[in-house]
Amino acid sequence: MAHVEQAALPAILGEVKPAVFPRATLVAHNRSFSWITDKICGIIEGKTPTWWWWCFGVACFVASFTVAGLTYLVATGVGVWGHANPVNWAWDIVNFVFWIGIGHAGTLISAILCLLRQKWRTSINRAAEAMTIFAVVCAAIFPVFHVGRIWYAWFLFPIPNYNNIWQNFRSPLEWDVFAVSTYGTVSVLFWYIGLIPDLAVLRDRFQAAGNKVRSFLYGLFAMGWRGSNRHWSNYEMAYLILAGVSTPLVLSVHTIVSFDFAVSLLPGWHTTIFPPYFVAGAIFSGFGMVLTLMLPLRAVYHLEDLITQYHIDCMCKITLATGTIVGYAYAMEFFIAWYGANPNEGFTFVNRAFGLYAWAYWIMISCNVITPQFFWFKAVRENTTMVWVLSIFVNVGMWFERFVIIVTSLARDFLPSSWGYYSPSIVEIFTFFGTFGVFSVLFLLFIRFLPIMPMAELKAVTPQANVHGDHDDHH
Amino acid sequence: MAASSYGLIATFETPAALYHAAEKVRDAGYKNWDCITPFPVHGLDKAMGLRRSIVPRISLAGGITGFCTGMTMIWWTGAVDYTLTVGGKPLFSPMFAFPISYELTILFTAFATIGGMFFLNGLPMHYHPVLKYDQIKRGMDDTFFIVIEARDPRFNLANTRTLLEQAGGTEVKELEA
Repeated sequence: MAHVEQAALPAILGEVKPAVFPRATLVAHNRSFSWITDKICGIIEGKTPTWWWWCFGVACFVASFTVAGLTYLVATGVGVWGHANPVNWAWDIVNFVFWIGIGHAGTLISAILCLLRQKWRTSINRAAEAMTIFAVVCAAIFPVFHVGRIWYAWFLFPIPNYNNIWQNFRSPLEWDVFAVSTYGTVSVLFWYIGLIPDLAVLRDRFQAAGNKVRSFLYGLFAMGWRGSNRHWSNYEMAYLILAGVSTPLVLSVHTIVSFDFAVSLLPGWHTTIFPPYFVAGAIFSGFGMVLTLMLPLRAVYHLEDLITQYHIDCMCKITLATGTIVGYAYAMEFFIAWYGANPNEGFTFVNRAFGLYAWAYWIMISCNVITPQFFWFKAVRENTTMVWVLSIFVNVGMWFERFVIIVTSLARDFLPSSWGYYSPSIVEIFTFFGTFGVFSVLFLLFIRFLPIMPMAELKAVTPQANVHGDHDDHH
Repeated sequence: MAASSYGLIATFETPAALYHAAEKVRDAGYKNWDCITPFPVHGLDKAMGLRRSIVPRISLAGGITGFCTGMTMIWWTGAVDYTLTVGGKPLFSPMFAFPISYELTILFTAFATIGGMFFLNGLPMHYHPVLKYDQIKRGMDDTFFIVIEARDPRFNLANTRTLLEQAGGTEVKELEA
């Protein structure tokens, strides 16, 4: 097949001599298939490291703050949060949007980069998908608990109840229920289907090692996978379709989240730029979180051959691109507020930058617009510590973005007589702080018990997996 | 012996060796046979003569069901079962029903795709002769196998063994049924 294509190359190419871009090496040092298996499985099979127990202990302690905050909330009522007229929606929705946004990078890596045939995704997609699922778990805490009487949370779903009234399907909040629950479900399915071949590897390894309990458990979820190519054929097609449906899904989820605001009439919320702006912001924050998680993991488990400098470069560049889109959106919001000549809209934006919450606005600008610009420089991208620190700033900045959008618009609405200033109560601070613990507990369990990288996919991108010699771009 | 045998299994060390052997087995006219690989080998479907997977048809059926479910649910609950005017808006409009129908399209497609994949693959199946092979652990790691089933009409212990050996297979063994 390849020689046919080479013969069909236009003669002009001989004259112009196009630059040859070497293919990036995705698995460094020419590692063998069994090296990959041993490396990834070794993380699970080895003795639990001491640092893991320390991190797990700290994560559980931090998570207990969420438990405390939520227990107090349920026992007392939503009044324990700092919400008061006119800011009746604050940290609950800020934290919800923040966590959901973090999840988006996972789906972007697993779905969109899959469709775009970006093979560098294979090293990071498993961990990024896990991050998505755990982020959705943290996000779901807030809308579920902000209803106060959580035993009525099932009213969100179209299940017949004794009032015989159905949900208001005209409301973007109801759209959000479907968007987020679909997102969570499909993310789990996508993650699981990717895990099946790797679970089969673990099943057989634990069986050979004589650990019947773990072999049984991994085997149960491996569904009897046996590496049959007739199965791979359907499996790969199913994986591709899931990537194909997850792509519009991930774009729609943050679009619908932004509808929560854009469909309202409040100045600063009622803008058509919100859907793309929210999606770009979500991917930006998600990549920030992927970097925050993967860089320590790479250092601790010595995964430099699998997460190469090329992978870090790619992630930094996506962060730079999406961060710049977000910066453009901030500028465009201001421009439209002025160009639209609506006094309320104009006031809202001037108030954001120079009003009582100006401190939050400038934290947002410095973290989201200035921070990613450092990624233009190769020296910065190659300095892992620096990349990690910058990724933390991205996370902070994106939290503040949601805070600025939500709280400043509500605190200064149409009627000056109802203006107010919102500060979170200690219960809200506890609940939010604790979600980082919840997330960490889940993530630590993941890296202890499940393969953190898709072994089958990694093997497929190594040079020796190619059956036609040194080229694989003939299709 | 042949009655209790599932078939023959041969070992190949590299994806390329497996690929070329698969072409030979395909050209020899076998139908009930399979390759065991630790990862999807690019182009192997063609070398095996497999047809394109029909998972997409199941996915499409799932997607259409999802979209119709969304639209029907919102129309029936809002415009038929309990009519309630909210904000002077119509009782039903495909406009406001769209976001939820869109999400349900994706949800149902995902379930149909995974369910369809499992159904077509005959999984879960926790007991299979191939899984009893003592070297199968290597097949999940870095080795490649070809299995030709005894129920294939062309199967003949001696001839099939010769074919596998000529194709480059080593350690050609009989699998217990």
